[in-house]
Amino acid sequence: MATVTLENLRKSYGKTEVIHGVDIDITDGEFIVIVGPSGCGKSTLLRMVAGLETVTSGDIQIDGRNVNSVEPMDRDIAMVFQNYALYPHMSVFDNMAYGLKIAKVPKDEIAKRVANAAEILQLEPYLKRKPRELSGGQRQRVAMGRAIVRKPAVFLFDEPLSNLDAKLRVQMRLEIKALQRDLGVTSLYVTHDQVEAMTLADRMIVMNSGVADQIGKPLDVYADPATEFVAGFIGSPPTNFLDAGQLGRRVEGGAKVGIRPEHIRIVPQTETDFAGKVVYSEPLGAETLVHLKLLDGEDVTVRQEGALPIPEEGESCGLSWEAKDEMIFSEDGSRVRQSGS
Amino acid sequence: MAQQDGMVEKRGGGLWLTHLGMIIGVAFIFFPIWLAFVASTVEQQAIVRPPMPLLPGDKLVENYTRALTSGVNAPVAMMLMNSVIMALGIAIGKIAISLLSAFAIVYFRFPGRHLFFWLIFLTLMLPVEVRIVPTYEVIANFGMLNSYSGLILPLIASATATFLFRQFFMTVPDELAEAARVDGAKPMRFFFDILLPMSRTNIAALFVILFIYGWNQYLWPLLITTDPSMNTIVMGIKQMFPSGDDTADWPVIMATSILAMIPPVLVVIGMQRLFVRGLVESEK
Repeated sequence: MATVTLENLRKSYGKTEVIHGVDIDITDGEFIVIVGPSGCGKSTLLRMVAGLETVTSGDIQIDGRNVNSVEPMDRDIAMVFQNYALYPHMSVFDNMAYGLKIAKVPKDEIAKRVANAAEILQLEPYLKRKPRELSGGQRQRVAMGRAIVRKPAVFLFDEPLSNLDAKLRVQMRLEIKALQRDLGVTSLYVTHDQVEAMTLADRMIVMNSGVADQIGKPLDVYADPATEFVAGFIGSPPTNFLDAGQLGRRVEGGAKVGIRPEHIRIVPQTETDFAGKVVYSEPLGAETLVHLKLLDGEDVTVRQEGALPIPEEGESCGLSWEAKDEMIFSEDGSRVRQSGS
Repeated sequence: MAQQDGMVEKRGGGLWLTHLGMIIGVAFIFFPIWLAFVASTVEQQAIVRPPMPLLPGDKLVENYTRALTSGVNAPVAMMLMNSVIMALGIAIGKIAISLLSAFAIVYFRFPGRHLFFWLIFLTLMLPVEVRIVPTYEVIANFGMLNSYSGLILPLIASATATFLFRQFFMTVPDELAEAARVDGAKPMRFFFDILLPMSRTNIAALFVILFIYGWNQYLWPLLITTDPSMNTIVMGIKQMFPSGDDTADWPVIMATSILAMIPPVLVVIGMQRLFVRGLVESEK
């Protein structure tokens, strides 16, 4: 359908720059998830692609055409909003048909497209209802239907699942993924939920205060984070960060060592010189999260198999991990790569 | 049985007492209207000679026909018509103008937006009576004395309605406007297709209030209509009072009063449901 290219995209409100230059080439049919904490500029970035925010500098190209100053309706995009933004006084059918009516699509064509979308989304019994007579999940589907009927080149999702309950969220997540595969439409999806990001994305953009810290496939980002922020944000529980000096591991420019909770093992204190006191444990069945406090006061989380013995609270344990699992970060948070490793 | 009707548990004497109080209150308010109605159904002599009758007479049709067709200065039917045109003009005009100005103030960023809002807001402090002399001058110079436009135009701007619509529009989520923009709706299309249908209960509530406001205008019509054929009914009643030694035609005056009350009552009853909903809830 379409490619999307962002080139050194920047956005300022007055003198405050909120997006500090984002570059990405999105290929046709790709599902890109923009993830980050609130206030990192991810929604602003999406709204710039939609044309709801002006571009301060840089370029947005959809299918090779610069759309910086093109109105949203002429960008060939469709957007799903966080609160769905359904027109409350219109029936489900009219909600989906509104954009087509404005575009002066013939009536029978509108009816056909809406019927088709309703079939895909299982909304057929509800076409005559008003949005307030629908449940949250159904409203969500109508919002998706409104996007589908326009047959856009790009789908934009702005935290579409954040108003649903946990169970429905998982279900809709799968549906969105399946739908996007079937339709093959290039999609940008904004979320603060890293599980959504990991499961939906072909590639993800991790945003940190207006900067795209890392762009890559979810598992690559998880396994090989580019910055301290990414290592801490992606993964739950988050990566443990330890002072490099304390560990006695001196690497040029390295200030902190990051180790993922699943890479640390609890061992008898005699086997290691690195120890901590158990604060509390969270047995989750398949796995157990053990929270420890090191001698210098730092917190460490260990994720271990549920079958392993769970240490008592207050017990002192030794901690051990393999050197290859260490991720070393410099003072400013960027990754320090050890040559040869 | 006590469980059945109502949440108040206290029964018996207290209940009767409160009802009695309410009935007396209603009777107290209603009595003058009843007197006016009785007076409009009897002969002139029956009113002038004490005691006043308290039961309707047999001249109802005759008195009302006389009032509607000839009246005292002008036929009441004509005055009713004038009042309806003025009240509708004021209500519809006020709603149209304040909807548009609220739309501009809420949805567009233009220089002086806040200044204009506060200027509109300031006019709340200037009721008709305060600005009546300069307004009269302006209308007279435009040659609008004794015309519908003269009756309607000076009263057509409404800060209250603008303010109410502004408050309502601000509760409409921004995402709705953005969704409409993505759907390709130009601003006026968004206004007519989405904002207007969403405001319909507010519009209905305001219509009732503004219709009655327009209907009850007294001073302004009195000032600018000298031609009896342009009289409105509320001021017309006063015009019917005799000057000097003429005798007042009380049955006709009372019939006119009753007739003047009917249209506002009809509007209130007809739009009651929308009216209450519009005042209480904002449907989103």
